[in-house]
Amino acid sequence: MANPKWIDATVKWIDYRLPVFTFVDHHLVDYPTPRNLNYWWNFGSLAGIVLVIMIATGIFLAMSYTPHVDHAFASVERIMRDVNYGWLMRYLHMNGATMFFIVVYIHIFRGLYYGSYKAPRELLWIIGVLILFAMMATAFVGYVLPWGQMSFWGATVITNLFSAIPLVGPKIVTWLWGGFAVDNPTLNRFFALHYLLPFIIFGLVFVHLWALHSHKSSNPLGIDVKGEQDTIPFHPYYTAKDSLGLGVFLIVYLAFVFFAPDFFGEPDNYIEANPLQTPPHIVPEWYFLPFYAILRAITFDIWFISAKLIGVVMMFGSIAVLLVLPWLDTSKVRSARFRPLYKQFFWLFFVDCLALGYIGANPPEGLFVIAGQVATFWYFFHFLVIVPVLGKLERPRPLPESISAAVTRRGVKTGRAS
Amino acid sequence: MRRIALSAMVALALGAGPAAAAETTPLPEQDWSFAGLFGHFEEPALKRGFAVYNQVCASCHGVNGLAYRNLAGIGLDENQIAEIAAEKEVEDGPNDEGDLYMRPARAADFIVPPFANEQAARAANNGAYPPDLTLIVKARKGGADYLYGLLTGYLEEPPAGVTLGEGMYYNAYFPGHQIAMPPPISEGGVDFEDGTPATVEQMAHDVTTFLAWAASPELEARKRLGLKVLIFLVVLTGMLYALKRQVWSKLH
Repeated sequence: MANPKWIDATVKWIDYRLPVFTFVDHHLVDYPTPRNLNYWWNFGSLAGIVLVIMIATGIFLAMSYTPHVDHAFASVERIMRDVNYGWLMRYLHMNGATMFFIVVYIHIFRGLYYGSYKAPRELLWIIGVLILFAMMATAFVGYVLPWGQMSFWGATVITNLFSAIPLVGPKIVTWLWGGFAVDNPTLNRFFALHYLLPFIIFGLVFVHLWALHSHKSSNPLGIDVKGEQDTIPFHPYYTAKDSLGLGVFLIVYLAFVFFAPDFFGEPDNYIEANPLQTPPHIVPEWYFLPFYAILRAITFDIWFISAKLIGVVMMFGSIAVLLVLPWLDTSKVRSARFRPLYKQFFWLFFVDCLALGYIGANPPEGLFVIAGQVATFWYFFHFLVIVPVLGKLERPRPLPESISAAVTRRGVKTGRAS
Repeated sequence: MRRIALSAMVALALGAGPAAAAETTPLPEQDWSFAGLFGHFEEPALKRGFAVYNQVCASCHGVNGLAYRNLAGIGLDENQIAEIAAEKEVEDGPNDEGDLYMRPARAADFIVPPFANEQAARAANNGAYPPDLTLIVKARKGGADYLYGLLTGYLEEPPAGVTLGEGMYYNAYFPGHQIAMPPPISEGGVDFEDGTPATVEQMAHDVTTFLAWAASPELEARKRLGLKVLIFLVVLTGMLYALKRQVWSKLH
């Protein structure tokens, strides 16, 4: 059946055979969206746009990049100097990675604050965590490609983590490297993976959106949509709101690209990789710092388990714990607006993550060791104890009857509050 | 140690940036023409800076990332570039007989480094390796200010209590303060063609400007395009703000 909405004969003809117009209409135009989404809901679409920018700039960079230990560093400089607008592509890509993580971290904290991971959106959340995993892998292998000092030593440190796995660890590391040190085979496969992973992310994003559109967006009140009065069509309302957010985002992003392109980078990465000279401080990119702090927090063996192995497990665990969050959270109320205690613990957790990032940027000496251990403890304590217990103990504030009753001046006939 | 950790904790509590951790001399902040929104390179400074590089630094340091043709970017014309290139020889070939041969460098060649390889450089420099300078301004924390500080920060006598290693010099800004490079520039070490007096500060300033250009030759084009892009985006975003208010006014 053709959609009765289409009048134009060509549109009708195409839509009858391949309903692209109906699809767009269904998912981007008439798509019913809660009327009360605030600006924190902009970051999902922003993340999608940044992904496209990353893939587009990345393809152009790949056309001029040489994945060989003798030529990689020089080929990046050639892109910066001799390729037309190569500097622009590279700085867009470099800062795009930073922006991608800023946007996605805000997106995740928004989900944590408003309880977006709760039923029926558990799978949507889990797919999101998988996207984060894939993003981190992509960013890590991508950072190795310019073959600077931090590229090389970062790759050495992180791949060496796998040697902590009992029995097979060292064999796995050799297998990852394709040799007995980070070398040309490592660079080659990292380039291949760096080209592959973004398309896996793209696939995951598709599934993420599929799940999203099954139960639609949650909202700042965290209550379900009860009827048409609670929703507005995506277009023009959210196309307008998302466009405004995109404008603001682009100003920030491009201000860095054009006026402070190396702000987030490490000066050491403008020194070509030298396997014989270790930099004084090996630090990962800023977006890995909290996880780096967790990795280094464990300085003691427990029984026969080495500190290194525990650190590695904790680092991966700090993201994996998000996978089970929908079941750790025992509260039926989604939004922190109606959870006075959870709201405070949320902000405490947020500060804890910032503290972990700060600790990760500093050498593990003196009070930083203890601070790192306390902050790591709190990270897991928050998810494994606070969140489950709070759901049982906390008395949430009363929820509004409906979205429209809460957010419009006149309320709506069917759902008027008070 | 305890004081450092303590100040770090205070910084942590205040949410300050990662600045407090290491004890370093604050860099002498210079007024660079290439800083800021309208940053640009001044051609006379670039030319003088290249003269300092070519007559002083180049005896130990290469700029491997630059080709002679790139010197058009500091305002040299084709003949000047050809003349400078021809001072050096590069290996080419094989010729029709199958032999490699030496010929004068051309504009398309990369600037010939002072040493054939790292071992030769170390052998000639008391075991130290003079780093390539192409990206030095981007490859050091503090950038141009650091480089200027390093060039002007030599003390004739190390402070009391500091013993220098054999053949080492004391520098206020070099990490660890012991540097193998002797004070590279001295008053009047270069005769500037434009008659500018060659003070240590002037030479340090000019060669830093030249190396900042060598590290980011795209800087002027980048900032010019950036201004246009940002002005466009601010206007567009203002319009999008109005549009959003207009669209949503029907709802409220």
